[in-house]
Amino acid sequence: MMRLPPFTYLAPRTLHAAATALAEHGADAMPVAGGTDLFPNMKRRQFEPKVLVGLRGIRELTGIRGRGREGMTLGAGTTLSAVAAHPEIVAHYGALATAAGLVSSPQLRNMGTLGGNVCVDTRCNYYNQSHEWRKAIGFCMKKDGDICLVAPGSSRCWAVSSSDTAPVLWSLGARVRLVGASGERVVPLEALYRDDGIQYLTKQPGELVADIVLPPADGWTSAYLKLRRRGSFDFPVLGVAVALRMDGDRVGEARIVLGAVASQPRPAPDAAAALAGERLTPELITRVADLAAGPSKPLDNTDFTHPYRKKMTRVFVARALRALAGLPGGGRAAEEVA
Amino acid sequence: MKSRLSLSVNGEAHDVLVPVHKTLLEVLREDLGLIGTKHGCELGECGTCTVLVDGEPVLSCLALPADLGGREILTVEGMAEGGRLHPLQQAFAELGAAQCGYCTPGILVTAKALLAGRPTPTRQEIKEALAGNLCRCTGYTKILDAVELASLRLDHSGLTSPNVGRRRPGEGAPTANETDHSGLTSPNVGRRRPGEGAPTANPT
Amino acid sequence: MTKQDFSIIGQPLPKIDAWAKVVGETKYADDFFLPRMAYGRLLRSPHGHALIKSIDVSRARELPGVYAVITGADLPRVKFGILPVSQDEEALCTEKVRMVGDAVAAVAAVDEETAERACRLIEVGYEPLPTLMSIEAALAHPEIRIHEYGDGPNVHKNVALQFGDVEAAFAASDLVREDVFFYEGNTHLPMEQHAAVAHATPDGKLTLWSSTQTPHYVHRLLPRILDMPAAHIRVVAAPVGGGFGGKLDPFAHEIAACRLSQLTGRPVKIACSREEVFYIHRGRHPVLMWIKTGFTKAGDITGCHLKTWLDGGAYGSYGVASTFYTGVINPVTYKMPVYKFEGARVFTNKPPCGPKRGHGTPQPRFALECQLDKAAEQLGLDPAEMRARILAEPYTKTANHLTVTTIGLGECIDRVVEASGWREKWRGWRSASAGASTAPAGKRRGVGIAASAYMTGAGTAIYWNSMPHSGVVLRADRSGGVTVLCGATDIGQGSDSILAYLPAEVLGIEPKDVHVHPADTSLTPVDLGSYSSRVTLMCGMAAIQAAGRLRGVIAQAVAEKLEVAAESLAFRDRKVGVPDQWERALTFTQAVELAEARHGVLAFAGSYAPPKRAGKYKGGGVGPSPCYSYSACVVELSVDEETGEVELHDVWIAHDIGRALNPLLVEGQVEGSVYMGIGEALMEGQVFRKGLHKQPSMLDYKSPTTLETPDIHTFLVETDDPEGPFGAKEAGQGPLLPVPPAIANAIYHAVGVRCDEVPITPEMILKGLELRRKGKSARVGPEKIPLFKFKEALMVESAFGRPADAVAVRPFQS
Repeated sequence: MMRLPPFTYLAPRTLHAAATALAEHGADAMPVAGGTDLFPNMKRRQFEPKVLVGLRGIRELTGIRGRGREGMTLGAGTTLSAVAAHPEIVAHYGALATAAGLVSSPQLRNMGTLGGNVCVDTRCNYYNQSHEWRKAIGFCMKKDGDICLVAPGSSRCWAVSSSDTAPVLWSLGARVRLVGASGERVVPLEALYRDDGIQYLTKQPGELVADIVLPPADGWTSAYLKLRRRGSFDFPVLGVAVALRMDGDRVGEARIVLGAVASQPRPAPDAAAALAGERLTPELITRVADLAAGPSKPLDNTDFTHPYRKKMTRVFVARALRALAGLPGGGRAAEEVA
Repeated sequence: MKSRLSLSVNGEAHDVLVPVHKTLLEVLREDLGLIGTKHGCELGECGTCTVLVDGEPVLSCLALPADLGGREILTVEGMAEGGRLHPLQQAFAELGAAQCGYCTPGILVTAKALLAGRPTPTRQEIKEALAGNLCRCTGYTKILDAVELASLRLDHSGLTSPNVGRRRPGEGAPTANETDHSGLTSPNVGRRRPGEGAPTANPT
Repeated sequence: MTKQDFSIIGQPLPKIDAWAKVVGETKYADDFFLPRMAYGRLLRSPHGHALIKSIDVSRARELPGVYAVITGADLPRVKFGILPVSQDEEALCTEKVRMVGDAVAAVAAVDEETAERACRLIEVGYEPLPTLMSIEAALAHPEIRIHEYGDGPNVHKNVALQFGDVEAAFAASDLVREDVFFYEGNTHLPMEQHAAVAHATPDGKLTLWSSTQTPHYVHRLLPRILDMPAAHIRVVAAPVGGGFGGKLDPFAHEIAACRLSQLTGRPVKIACSREEVFYIHRGRHPVLMWIKTGFTKAGDITGCHLKTWLDGGAYGSYGVASTFYTGVINPVTYKMPVYKFEGARVFTNKPPCGPKRGHGTPQPRFALECQLDKAAEQLGLDPAEMRARILAEPYTKTANHLTVTTIGLGECIDRVVEASGWREKWRGWRSASAGASTAPAGKRRGVGIAASAYMTGAGTAIYWNSMPHSGVVLRADRSGGVTVLCGATDIGQGSDSILAYLPAEVLGIEPKDVHVHPADTSLTPVDLGSYSSRVTLMCGMAAIQAAGRLRGVIAQAVAEKLEVAAESLAFRDRKVGVPDQWERALTFTQAVELAEARHGVLAFAGSYAPPKRAGKYKGGGVGPSPCYSYSACVVELSVDEETGEVELHDVWIAHDIGRALNPLLVEGQVEGSVYMGIGEALMEGQVFRKGLHKQPSMLDYKSPTTLETPDIHTFLVETDDPEGPFGAKEAGQGPLLPVPPAIANAIYHAVGVRCDEVPITPEMILKGLELRRKGKSARVGPEKIPLFKFKEALMVESAFGRPADAVAVRPFQS
């Protein structure tokens, strides 16, 4: 049986205590909430922290507050199941409920947290392997080595951002409250990320994501489509998050953010800009889908081939837009013709 | 370094002295002798090790006992009450939903949680609830049938363990209940369509 | 006996072990926790191909908590292998490793963590050799030899058989098609990882509990590897948490556990990790196939020529048999007057392939059934009608000298055609999709059909002998209870239950009255193992024979007591008596008491060996079976033309089971086979990159979940085969075979793309659609075949159409 490496476990009761513990132990310590991402990685020796700071006992990290029309605050420790099922989220931030409900499996969503999914480690099929496997192929720069096996000439790591909720939260204009030992700050969610497979988060090591803050949902609609081999278990190998604010029959404002095509969620600003002020006609949707595919630059380190993932970006963006426009052929399953 | 932990499993309080990095799966199997909970991957990728924590299905291979003080853990060994099988267990046995049986404990407790929250799920809802439990033997067909049958029985007769679908007295269940509660005599309730599945008459 | 006379047979009874399984009491091998037990672990090679220059275990031995560390030097220098002709494995490699995952050392320690830590302290000096990761590479580099034996450099087996003049047949055909297909390798992925617990005791004996499908073959091999008498070794198969063929070889972890137990004086458990199970493998061979078939205008097959190239991986395993199986079963389904088969198995530096559900036959079945679909289209025939027309004839021989008994395939086809609404859907949608290339992309429905045949038990054992293939000892005593001892291994298919049902039927008692003790080499008569769909038939026949003998003795005693003729007695409802004087009937317990008093201890044996029907040519021993099962399958699916994704809606499958001893169990086997066929057709692949398994995990090796599994509609067709127990044939493997080609054919029906390769991925379908848009042939699949010289074919006269060999005549009948 694959087992965890030994560690010291701290179970603080407050955010402050947790942040203090992380600061005190520095690089030796890692926070853990649901454990669904970290523990498999630790079993594969991708991480070997000496100290784990458990966040499950911290009450202030859980709970969903507010209403759609004035904005909501979601504790980072809220389980993905709770996010997916929350009526106010389902009603006003539909794509978030969808994305949370598409993460892995039902059991995992009962354990995994929203904060955990936002911070989920980047993935690569040269990296998410056992210690023995990685040793056999030659360690990569993300852990124990100094080269990239996906792009051997590269000086950076190309591990893939594999969060379902992050592109959605980005498209919704969410902010995150970060709490560290010496204080807290609120930053736009997009400021949390950088396009590097190793240092994919900008937050300080001692900082914890405490809350996800959603702006008022008035007038916004959203959709999330996920590409993966199976309807369960699998991480996204492409995620498409679209949020629109309609002005009458025209698009007032739009955001399109792609998941799993880079080391961070990847916005498609040109595509979004092309929507502003326009009616959602099939012709426009085709044009916007083409534009959105531009920033999609997957590499060959997940399931499916990367040309296919690139190609599907266009299809999925078009389908998400069609779904939001109420046009046929929208959503995950296109119209059936016999 | 070992820690002393108190766990409530199947309604019984246990004090265990274990290293903190032992997962709930390992503690259940190796320290509490509850071998009914199986392991299939130890990485949260198959659902085999599922147990209920406060009624919710979770993966015991990714759960730390240190986080579970004060929570109620239920394993497959805790499903039968007083020697009386849970209707799901009864239905799984009757309908052949357990072939090799290795994924069965995880599926049973997952289905138990489903029925607790949604007593009469549709087949699609059952599929979605069990989408985190891999089975390599059954093609899931008889598993879905069995959950439907258990749901029907629970809906008809409350939390008793009816032995409907039995061929004749004295056969089948190890429980002593001989009465047919609900007239649900077909073991394939809820799925079989007319003319389907039953063997044909001998043509020769 | 007619159907109405049965009381147990044909009933949808729960399995006898179902109750233990639903309460979590079943003890699989890893559930054994013995006092003082040590935990073992194997150190495996990180190199695909390398010479071992040195192994230093000193640091591992010094680690506190380590009880023993062994290498190949601690075992006798003998190589082993499941087949006598392929003795090429070492439990712990001594001179060379041939794949990533080969075991080189083993540790026993106080716990698993310590054992793992100790493994990391073992220093192995390797001298890497070039790795050969494909058939092409292995054939292109004869100077790099993975093994020194075989039919040529890196060629494990090269076979060629010809039954009649295929070239003449092609010349006389209205249509001749040549097609190339590829079937990717895939693995069994049982939910239970392999585990073994060995206990060497101070008296010099040894017991091994293991998740094995074949305790007998393990028992045969251990004496050589451990250098001790077989009589001092006991092998017990624990209930197996899924096998599918993946637990049919003797494995390094079993052998290492035994040796470590001998050295430490403790029980030793080795439970493999999920990743290790991918290296143990022995799964489906990747097979490249070239198939040429001639047809008449009416759709009759005039002759067939098949070439197969198998990527065998690093060791022989069952590979010689696998190679033959890619050729020998195809002629059993349809009339195929002449047939030529050439096959080669090539060594590569990958985990060894072996017997997975359908052993060697799903690959050529895919080729033949897809080709039939193409031929039917060219000939303007309905592919269902065409198949129904060309079925093999019952009680005849095939071109390659296999005796076929009953054939229920015609009825199977009828059943799935009716139930699926085939005629309407196939014709209706066909016209709708014709010329659809200009229509906007959407989701399109299609239906596809395929049929197949499979053997019910191999006619010959894997080692030559004249002994029974299966044996049963049945005992009864004054308690009224009956005990069955049989070496058969329940891997979830229900063999323990069959061993209760059959004696219960014969003796007129309930399955609950029968206690079954399986799979223990010290306690139970030999059964060869759970493979080749042999168990229900072979142990079933032995059980019926033993039960008949017990029944005879009981009948004699009761006849004396009641002063009636023994032949007039009936056994039913736990009573023995004359039907028209049933009030005088004795209880079964009273009857057994009388018999025990008259006869002494009541213990009777039953033996089974298959009819001797091996073809009189070299290679004729692979393929014969007491009888063959048949399956027909219709799949309905839709294809998303924008994404290439396939959604399965319904699978209708009819299976000729001979007789359903328990329809619930048969349906379960059929449904499970369909499921596995779906996985192989659409997502499962044991694939490699840079010399390593690309995805040795449950997350990345894609096994269908509830959400990908469609509604499966199962129909059982009964043909009452004279060779089977109460007429039964197999169910555990055959129904997998038609599923992948039916899916491929349905995809073609939906979107006009021929996928001549599995797994069929969305990318492949999009590629086909793109070709179609460009006006090219919308076929996706292998483009070329290897440059390879098969050996001169052994010319054998075709036996096609000859009457069957004697039916129901076999050893140990009286």
